[in-house]
Amino acid sequence: MIASNDIPSRTNPQETFVLNLGPQHPATHGVLRIKMTMNGEYVTRAEPVIGYIHRMHEKMGENRTWAQFLPNTGRIDYLSALHYNHAFVGVVERALRIEVPRRAEYIRVITSELNRISSHLVWWSAFLLDLGGFTPLLYAFDDREKILDLLEGVTGSRLTYCYFRFGGLCNDIDDEFIKGTRAFVAQMRPRLKMYRELVTDNIILRKRLEGIGPISAEMCRKYGATGPVIRGAGVAYDVRRSEPYSVYPEFDFEIPVFPEGDSMARYLVRMEEMAQSLRIIEQALGKLPPGPVMGKVPRVLKLPPGDYCYAVEAARGRFLVRTVSDHKEIPYRVKLRTPSFSNLSLYEEASKGMMLPDALALLGSLDLVIPDIDR
Amino acid sequence: MIPSLEQLSVQFTRLIPLGAVAPSVPDSAAAAPAPTATPPPSPGPVQSVDYSLKGYHLDVTVSSGQVVLAAEILDQNGFGLDAITGVDWIAQNEMEVVYDYFHPLSPLRVVVRARVPRGHPELPTLSGVFPGANWHERETHDFFGIRFLGHPDLTPFLLPEDADYHPLRKDFSA
Repeated sequence: MIASNDIPSRTNPQETFVLNLGPQHPATHGVLRIKMTMNGEYVTRAEPVIGYIHRMHEKMGENRTWAQFLPNTGRIDYLSALHYNHAFVGVVERALRIEVPRRAEYIRVITSELNRISSHLVWWSAFLLDLGGFTPLLYAFDDREKILDLLEGVTGSRLTYCYFRFGGLCNDIDDEFIKGTRAFVAQMRPRLKMYRELVTDNIILRKRLEGIGPISAEMCRKYGATGPVIRGAGVAYDVRRSEPYSVYPEFDFEIPVFPEGDSMARYLVRMEEMAQSLRIIEQALGKLPPGPVMGKVPRVLKLPPGDYCYAVEAARGRFLVRTVSDHKEIPYRVKLRTPSFSNLSLYEEASKGMMLPDALALLGSLDLVIPDIDR
Repeated sequence: MIPSLEQLSVQFTRLIPLGAVAPSVPDSAAAAPAPTATPPPSPGPVQSVDYSLKGYHLDVTVSSGQVVLAAEILDQNGFGLDAITGVDWIAQNEMEVVYDYFHPLSPLRVVVRARVPRGHPELPTLSGVFPGANWHERETHDFFGIRFLGHPDLTPFLLPEDADYHPLRKDFSA
């Protein structure tokens, strides 16, 4: 961080100075820049400057076929790739009315929930790193490594998955994956308990997060913030429940909601969500139906003219694909509505008047993935 | 405060005649109908849509001057702003601005769309109603060159700071 007085501030040039955070700073977790106008130790205005890794995925979508664009979806939010796969195959399946075999839907749910846990584990370690705790990262990455190994076994990649296909999956899971996933679920439960005892109940963490960075349900609605941010503001909004997709209605799970709206509430939502994901995985493995993993799909994909939407609950919130087709093999328009973009947009309002270390705690509690913002 | 689809349709239908908007038919307009076939019934400006086929429930077409009114109706009914984006209909020499709304307490999803002439793409900003519109509109301006009147800051956002091009326009080439 470099304090600089030569950048004129917009509010009061006499009493404030501009602190430039990023674009290369550990607390921004990627190339995000925040222009902070400070009054002493207090933030008067925090203006995010984004676009440093803008890749124009939406233009790429207009230059290739539906199938060729699918790998792109795993590279937007690289920690939550399978959810993004799911939304894009979902929009094509919806438009072409492709029926997906039940076994494929079950495996989609299992792998997506594993992906959600691995994403939350990265958030957890990075967030605690921001707050000054290094050790949790070593534990979390140990657990995450097991998920990456499991998913690598079936998808072939460790991070930027492209496993789902229009109408199903590229390949079935094997016994090794099922055995390994069962073992992981059994192993992860005591780990979550340990995380609670070691970190969540820690007085230092609680003092750092409780009451810090309050975000109201109304602010979430006005800015379109979703995911753990809105659930940490007391609203049980989860796309898996409110706009049920895939086979999620067949599972018994809770939507964790904490009404406080502070950074601790958002922390607790994600910790509880990992336990719920384990529940879903366990149930899905228990009643995994036999059968094929690929439905009947036309050889050439041409979506009927019109626009189609498909939303999923990604690890960071609501991810929406809105696409327009003019009955050609390539999309006319692909819009990617990403959760991190909307979640960050409330930062300027939410961080007003906070102390700098608290503003960084708030930033970490939003769980940003920069490629997801910049697209 | 959970509105029903019918209540919302009524509220929008009241709004629409004020501006006497001609409902635009984005998709069937591109494909010329066979002369013998009877023309399909022209869709009204407020349509309820099958969610399982489209991914939203209500499709509202308004004039460019009515987008703020539409946003106010949805705001009063507890909707949240999902996204704002554009579509370049170059063959019809028009730009479409699409507003997606979600409801945090109900499964209802609403799409509001307005068309502006391609040579003069201007419409009012929503940032007074939904502050979250600020970023979405700035992005739409980046990509399409659509100007949102009254917007606090339309400088390049995702594009480089000296960008004077709009890459999602269909006549853009690098």
